[in-house]
Order: sequence, then C-alpha cells, then structure tokens
Amino acid sequence: MANGILLYAEITRQGYIHTVFFELANKARELSQKLNGAPIYAVLITKPGMLDDYKEGFTYSFIDKVYIYERTDNYSTEIYSNIIVDLVKEIEPEIILIGATNQGRDLAPRISSALKTGLTADCIGLDINEKGLLAATRPTFGGQLMATILCKTIPQMATVRPKVFKPAFENTYTNTEFIYKNSDYNNTNVTLLEFIQGIEDEKNELDSAEIIVAGGKGMKGEEGFKLLKEFADLLGGTVGASRGAVDMGYAPHRIQIGQTGKTVTPKLYIACGISGAIQHTVGITGSEHIMCINNDPNAPIFEISDTGIVADVFEVVPKLIELLKKR
Amino acid sequence: MKIALCVKQVPDTSDIKWTENNTMQREGVESIINPYDIYAIEAALKFKKNYNAEVTVFTMGPLQAVDMLKNIIALGIDRGVVISDRKFAGADTYATGITLSAAIKKELPDFDIILCGQFAIDGDTGQTGPCIANLLNIPQLTFIKDISEYNENSITASRFLDDGIELVKVKCPALLCMLKSDFEPSRALINGIIKAQNSDIKILTFEDLGLNPEDVGLKGSPTYVSKAFRPDIKHSGEKHYCLENNSGAQIIYDKMKEIGVFNG
Repeated sequence: MANGILLYAEITRQGYIHTVFFELANKARELSQKLNGAPIYAVLITKPGMLDDYKEGFTYSFIDKVYIYERTDNYSTEIYSNIIVDLVKEIEPEIILIGATNQGRDLAPRISSALKTGLTADCIGLDINEKGLLAATRPTFGGQLMATILCKTIPQMATVRPKVFKPAFENTYTNTEFIYKNSDYNNTNVTLLEFIQGIEDEKNELDSAEIIVAGGKGMKGEEGFKLLKEFADLLGGTVGASRGAVDMGYAPHRIQIGQTGKTVTPKLYIACGISGAIQHTVGITGSEHIMCINNDPNAPIFEISDTGIVADVFEVVPKLIELLKKR
Repeated sequence: MKIALCVKQVPDTSDIKWTENNTMQREGVESIINPYDIYAIEAALKFKKNYNAEVTVFTMGPLQAVDMLKNIIALGIDRGVVISDRKFAGADTYATGITLSAAIKKELPDFDIILCGQFAIDGDTGQTGPCIANLLNIPQLTFIKDISEYNENSITASRFLDDGIELVKVKCPALLCMLKSDFEPSRALINGIIKAQNSDIKILTFEDLGLNPEDVGLKGSPTYVSKAFRPDIKHSGEKHYCLENNSGAQIIYDKMKEIGVFNG
C-alpha cells in the first residue's frame, strides 16, 4: 500500500535548495503526523559531488530518505519527469508535493499525467481529512473563490505556492538516509542556448519584501510613485502598484500586485491611494499587517486594513518621509 | 507546417458576481476568450504569415463556443473544431488533456506545433498544456513570450521565468504555452469576418473520439472539488479620520514602531 510523502527538492540556478522545499518539509511533517508518521522522502537531482552542500538542509528538515540523481546537464522537463515517475513507481508514496515555482509548474503536470493521477495547482492550504486524504486548498477565479480539492487516485499530487507555509528550521536532527540512484536518462528534444539573468528589479524584490509601499490611481502619476519610492527606501521596503495605477501608466506592470500581478506576503503592507478592489486585495491578504491611506472613508481597502488613515496621501506621505528622515 | 491551437472560453473574472451562498451568478457574466490564449492565437498568426502554416483551432466546451471559434477564424485562422458532449462536462485538467489530445490526434495527426495559453484565468492551473504534451509524448516549452526562429523543424523561443529569460531550442513536434505580451492583439479583417461567417466549424462528440467513458469528464477526472468558499479577508481594522487634523503620518509612524518596523 502506498505510504509516505515525496517532496521535490528544486535546486536553483545559483545552486541552492529552493526555499520552498523547506516550507514543503515543514508542512509534510505536520501531514505525516496525521498519517501515523508516514515517512518523508525527498528527490534531489543535482550536479555531481554537491551532496555535502545540501546534507544539512535535509537532516534539519525532517527528511527520512533522500534519493539522489547526479547529472551534469541543466533542468529538462522530460528527463526530470521520467526520473521522478520511475522513482514514484518504485517507492509508491501516497502524496507528492512540489513547489509552485516556474520549474515546479512545468514539471508537476508532466509527472501527474504520466502517472494518470490528479494534481492540484498552486495550493495555499494542505491538510489531511478524516478519511486520511490530502485536502488541498487553492484560489480560483483570480482569488475570488477558494476550492478545497481531493484526489481519487494515488499518489495525490499538489504544487504549493512559495512563501505560504513557514519553513522548517528547527534543531531537530533527523537521521536522514542518502541513496544514490541511477541517473542514466537521455533526451535531446530541448536545448538551453542562453540564460539572461533577470535584473534585480522590483518584481523580484516584491517576492521577498518585508515591507511594501503600494500605490493606486490615487497617486495621480509617476511623480506620486517617486514619492512612494522615497518613502519605501527610507523603510528598506519595495514599491508595488495596483492594476489601476499600472493601467494609467503610473507604474510598470512588473510591480503590479493582485489577481493579474503578484501575490505578496510582507510583514507590513502600506496601501496608498488604493481603493481596494477584490482583484487587488486577493494579492495582499497574506500580509501580516496592512495599513492604508485613502481620502475616501468608504473605500473597501479599509475593510481589510489593520490601520486605516482617512486623509490625503499627498499630505501624509511627505510628512512620514520627514519623520523617518529625522529618526 | 501544421499547427493545433488550443483555446478556452472563460467567464470574465473581473465581472463575476457572487450570491449570498458563494455560488457564481452566471447570468449576465460575459464569456470571453481566455486572455492568455489571445497570445497563442497571435503566435499562430505569425507562423501563418512567416511560414505559411495551416492552423486549426480546438476548444472543448458547450456548443456556444462555435461563435468564439468564428471570431478566431475571422482573425485569419484556417479552421475550427469544437469538442462538445455532455459526457465531457466536469473535466479536470487531466480529463481535459485526454480529450483534447484525442481530438488533435484524430483531426491533425501530423501536427508540427501545438500552441496553448500558459494559464486560463478561471482555473489558473497551467496544467492542461503539459498534460497534452505528455499524452502525445512530445516536448513542451512553458512560459513562452517570444518565438524567435523556426528552421530545420526546430523552434527557438524565450521562456520568461522569475529569475530571468531562457533562450531555448526545441525539436518539433512540440507544445508551447504562451504568456501574455505587451503588444496589442490583432483585430479581425473584413475578409476574415466574411470567411468566418461562411466557415463550417467541425463538432466532435464523445462518439467521434473513441475514448472510454470512464476516461472523460467528471468520471475521468482524478480530482474533484470537495468544498468551495469565499476567502475571509476582513481585518478588524481601526479607522482614523485625519482629513482635518494632519495626524495621519504620526499615527502610522507610531504604529510602525509598535509592530517593530524600526526601533527608536
């Protein structure tokens, strides 16, 4: 009978284990406890001789067994899915979790389809139900509706949105077993010709930002966003924008937050001149603390804000800049 | 060169109203072409222009999708196939992949390229494309924004990923999932509209595809929705009226200090 939870340990282009793996690991431990201590496995496809760099990452995140495939080439959808499909057939896990990164979302549907099983995309909640099945919750309709999805087939698969679960970093050493596997798989259908490193732009910063200062149509123009940039810089934060502001051309699309933009999870989110349409707020509700400044007391943004200021943003923000400079 | 273009009709998600008990109010919600698919159509039109490709557009859904396909043919696409049957209803991404790949195999077995949108705005899964690629045993390229070259039966394209852009080359037949781009999509030409009005859209039903009834629709879907709910996003916020007294900045400053944004 299928047993255990298999996690995909994605290696980033810089050669680190992707942080979403540690988030999966922590969640997997919680799920495992509800499954009578089902074992937690990881699959690692890596450049040869790198294991020592990664060992601690596994031993301190409750992984019982790591299956290692050493390869000199880059990520390949077909090779990686073939490897994982073969491993799944061998170890028969009941659950497979993969980070919903670009790579994860490319890879996971290929695996689930080959295994003729179900896959729930981009989950933000995972639990084990009373029947011992994986209950995976995900946003649909651009975040306007949450759906909890079950799977009739085994293994039950899900991709999991990064930065939703807390990562596992506890002083609990696991006696992890490391198992090298035959990595002789071939495929020459796709060739990577070139990689152009993304500039460290606001979009990337938004993913890991602790503080986000976001502007809406109420910022009235690019000048308004320059003000927000100054404010954000003083806080060590990053600037984001609502779709309204992007559509008006006040801010570039790459910093758009909400349904058609990014989902963010900062410690502090300050919404300036944003009315708070659902399409925007679905992208920010994971924030720890939300503040807003808006001169319309009936703007929906107040309903989701912890601290709401009914005032003119062009009065409040310059004064805040002043206060922060004096600090 | 032969291209299969896969599109989906979706509700306009910016226009959805919800009832008290969290069901979607379907009346009055407009059906639109999935916005990502518009860029798959654009890519197909480019292949048509540059390489004289023959493009067949496929969609799975209710018969009203015929009108959507006529609009796509008006843009210059050659022919359309609607895969429609009650038995296909309730399909998840896997069952949709089974059905679409069977339809492509039947109608266009010698395809060189399959084009899809990266995501559909209603489901947001991005899974159907890779699923079709797997079922047809062909390579896939996801997150594509630009297709730069096609020669010797290979495509060179750019994948727009979170950490940068990959320039990749893939051997055809292959499936490509297209992201949205910044350019303005094509508008129908007059002669395209006339052609579309006269075009016959082929309808494929369950009988035509020779699939097992257990493999399609709700029955063939490994996943199912056990519960749907509206997210509870209300915070118990304090609202400070500061239009008159200019105290807003100080309140925010003090609150930031209180929650530990900075010390001192």
